[in-house]
Amino acid sequence: MTRFMFPEIGQFSLILALFFAIALATLPMVGYFRQSLLLLNTARPLTHVMACLVVIAFLLLAWAFITDDFSVLYVSQNSNVDLPLRYKFSAVWGGHEGSLLLWVLILALWCLAVALRLDSLPETIGPLVLSVLGWVASGFLAFLLFTSSPFVRILPDVPTSGGDLNPLLQDIGLILHPPILYMGYVGFSVAFAFAVVALITGNLNAYWARWARPWTAAAWASLTFGITLGSWWAYYELGWGGWWFWDPVENASFMPWLAGTALLHSLVVTEKRGVFKSWTVLLAIFTFSLSLLGTFLVRSGVLTSVHAFAADPTRGVFILALLVVLVGGSLLLYALRAGQVRSSVSFGFSGREAWLLLNNILLSVLTLTVLLGTLYPLLFDALGMGRISVGAPYFNAVFGPIALCLMVFMAIGPFSKWHHTKLATWWKAMLGAALLSMGLAAGIVFWQLFDWLTWFSLSVAFWVVFMTLLDWFNKQFVSGKQRLKQWRTLPNRYYAMVIAHFGMAISLVGVIMVSVNSHEAMVKMSPGSQAEVGGYVFVFDSMELIKGPNYLSDRGHFQVYQQGQLVADLYPEKRFFTTRQQVMTEAALGAGFTRDLYISLGEKLEDGAWGVRIHIKSFVRWIWLGGLFMVLGGMLAAFDKRYRQKRERA
Amino acid sequence: MRRIVLFLPFLVFLVLGVVFYFLLGKDTQYMPSALIGQPVPSFQLVTLEGEQVKQTSDLPKGSYLINFWGTWCPSCHVEHPYLMTLAEQGVTIVGIDYKDQQAAAMQWLRDKGNPYTLVLMDELGQFGLDMGVTGAPETFVINAEGKIAYRLQGVLNAQSWQVIKAYL
Repeated sequence: MTRFMFPEIGQFSLILALFFAIALATLPMVGYFRQSLLLLNTARPLTHVMACLVVIAFLLLAWAFITDDFSVLYVSQNSNVDLPLRYKFSAVWGGHEGSLLLWVLILALWCLAVALRLDSLPETIGPLVLSVLGWVASGFLAFLLFTSSPFVRILPDVPTSGGDLNPLLQDIGLILHPPILYMGYVGFSVAFAFAVVALITGNLNAYWARWARPWTAAAWASLTFGITLGSWWAYYELGWGGWWFWDPVENASFMPWLAGTALLHSLVVTEKRGVFKSWTVLLAIFTFSLSLLGTFLVRSGVLTSVHAFAADPTRGVFILALLVVLVGGSLLLYALRAGQVRSSVSFGFSGREAWLLLNNILLSVLTLTVLLGTLYPLLFDALGMGRISVGAPYFNAVFGPIALCLMVFMAIGPFSKWHHTKLATWWKAMLGAALLSMGLAAGIVFWQLFDWLTWFSLSVAFWVVFMTLLDWFNKQFVSGKQRLKQWRTLPNRYYAMVIAHFGMAISLVGVIMVSVNSHEAMVKMSPGSQAEVGGYVFVFDSMELIKGPNYLSDRGHFQVYQQGQLVADLYPEKRFFTTRQQVMTEAALGAGFTRDLYISLGEKLEDGAWGVRIHIKSFVRWIWLGGLFMVLGGMLAAFDKRYRQKRERA
Repeated sequence: MRRIVLFLPFLVFLVLGVVFYFLLGKDTQYMPSALIGQPVPSFQLVTLEGEQVKQTSDLPKGSYLINFWGTWCPSCHVEHPYLMTLAEQGVTIVGIDYKDQQAAAMQWLRDKGNPYTLVLMDELGQFGLDMGVTGAPETFVINAEGKIAYRLQGVLNAQSWQVIKAYL
C-alpha cells in the first residue's frame, strides 16, 4: 500500500464512522422503547468503534499535512513546504474542513469519555445519553462528508508547494486555542444529552442533575480556558493592544460560557433542593444550542467578522438544518414533556436557592444582551432596514452594570444556607467587609485620581475577595477549639467555588485597571530617537532585516528605561509572508505582573522613520490570570470524588 | 397557560431559524451607499492639468465609472493595471485624484498609463466627503440616467467587475 492511498482511507473511515453514529443514534433508542437490554448494550461498543474511526481519519489528515501531500486540496490550501513542523500539525485545523473534523474528533472523544464512565450511570440512562450524542455526531459527520470533506484530491496536476497557512494562525496561541475552545463547546453536548434523556424518560428527578454536574464543570473549565487563550492571542497577535473586541465570533464563544455558568449554578440547586427542574433542563438545551449557533454564525458567513475565514451559503443551509433538527427537536420535546414536572420541595425565598435564582436571572439577562447585540444587525437587515453594526459601546454600556451587579450578589450567595437563612446573623460581618472594601477602593482612587465608577468597580472586586475569605474563615473554624481538626472537612468542590470566585475578582481588577490606568501613544520614530510614554522612556536603537522560514521581517530594537534603569529590550517586527504576499505586525511585549509594555510597528515612513504604537497596559495579565483561576476551579469541581462512585449492582 | 409558556422557546427559535434562512447567501462585505439612486452631488473641481474648472454638467453622457484614487494608496497600485484593461475594453472611467499632490499624480499617469477619460483633482477631499468615500480606492457606477447605481469599496478587479458589470 502506498502512502498515496491514505486520504482515501481517511475518507472511508469517516463514512464508516457516520454509519456507526447513525446506528448509535437509533439502536439504543429502540432498545429503550422495546425494553431490550441487548439493544441498549450496543451503545458502548458502537461508541468505541465510532470514536476509533474518527481518530483514524484525523491522524491521516495530520499525516497528509506532515508529509506535504499537496494532492489533497485542503492541504495545498493551508500548508506549505517551508512551514515549520508544529504549524503543519496545527494547520490541520487552520481552515474550515479541518476545524470541523477537529469538532467531530472532540465530540467523539467526549462520547468515549462517557462510554468509559458508563458504570457510574443507571443501566438505561447511560446508553440513552450516548444515543443522543450519536444524533449530534451523525449530524456533524454528515455535514463534514457532504459539504466539506477535508480529503478531496486535486489530481492529476499535483501542486508542488501549497498556498501556506494564514499567517495570523501561525502562532502557539492558535495551536492550542481551537482544540481547547472546542472541548468546551462540544462538552456542553454531554449536559445537553443528559437533559434530553431526562425529558425522554420523563425522569426529571434530582439525579440527572447530579450526573450532569461533573461533565458540565469539565466543559465549562475547557471553554473558560479556550476563551482566555483566545483573548490573550488577540492581544499579542492582532497588534491592536485590545484584549476583547465584542466581535461576533468572540460573542459566539462567550454566550455558551455565560449560559454554561448559569447552568453550573442551577444544576446545584436542582441536585440539592429538587427545584428549578424544568428551568435547568431548558438551560442545558439553551447552552448547547448557543454552542451550535456559534458554529453556525462562524461557518455560514451570515456575520462579517475577522474570524470568518470560511463562508459558504450551501454549508450555511446544512448547518441551519442541523440546528433546526437538534435544537428545534429538543425544544419541542421540552415543550411537550416539561409540563409534567412538579417541584416536590418548597422554595425558600430567603435561602441560598433565592441567591442562585438571582444569579441565573442575571446571567440569562447577560446572555440575552450579548445574543441581542450579536443578532441585532442581522434582524435589522432581515427587516429590510439596511445594515448597521453594534459595537463595543453598546456592550460596555449594557453588560458592565449588570455584570457588576451579579458580582455583588456573588459574594453573598455562599454565605446563605439552603431554604432559609437569617442573614441578620451575618450582617455585621458583611457591613464590615463592605466598608473595608469601599475604603480600600477609595484610597486607591484618591491616590491615583480615578473616577467614581472605578471606585465602585474596585469596591466590588474587594468585596468579593473579603466576603469569600470571610465565608471560608467561618466554615473553616467552626469553633475555637477544633481549629486544626476541622482543616480537612471542607470538600474540594467548596474550594473549587472559592478559587473560581477569586478568579472573577482578579479578572475584574485587570479589566478595571487596563481601562483606566493605561497609556497609549502613536509616535513617529527613527533609529536613535526616543519617546516618553507613561513614565517610561522608549529608545529606538536600530532596525534590521531578518529572514524567517517563510517570511522576511523588518525587526526593530527598542530599549525601555524607567527612571534611568533599563527595564526591557523589545523587538517588534513587521513580517512579510512571501507565499501569501501578506504583511503581519508582530508586536513586542515586555510582560510584567502589574503592567505590560507593548510596541507595534505601524507604517514605514520616509527617511527610515516608522510610525510606532506604544502602549502601557496596566494589570492586563490579571485578566487572564483570573481566567486561569476559574479554569482551576472548574477542574476541581469536575474531579470531585463524590461523582466517582460506581453504581451499586443489584 | 403554563403549557403555552413552555412552547415559547420553541417558537422563538423557529422565528430565528426563518430569519437565518433568508440571510444566507447575502454578501456580507457589501456596504450600500446612501446615495444609491441619487444623482452625483454637484461639484466644481479643477482638472489634473490645472487648466479648467469642471462641474456636474461636464460629466460624460451614458453609463460610466467614478474611481477615487491617489498615489499615496498602495491598493491603487494593485488596481491600476485592471483599470487600464477596462479602459482598453471601452469602459468610460472618471478619475478623482483624492487628497493628493498634482505633480505626483501626473508622474503616476505618465509612468503607468492613463485609463481615465477625465481626471479631476479633489485635493481637500470635499467631493469625496460628499460622495461618502471612506478611503481609496473606491469606485461608483453611474448609470445612463446619471444616477449612482453601485458603490465598491476596495480594489476593482476581475472578480468585483463581475458584480459591477450588471449595474452599468
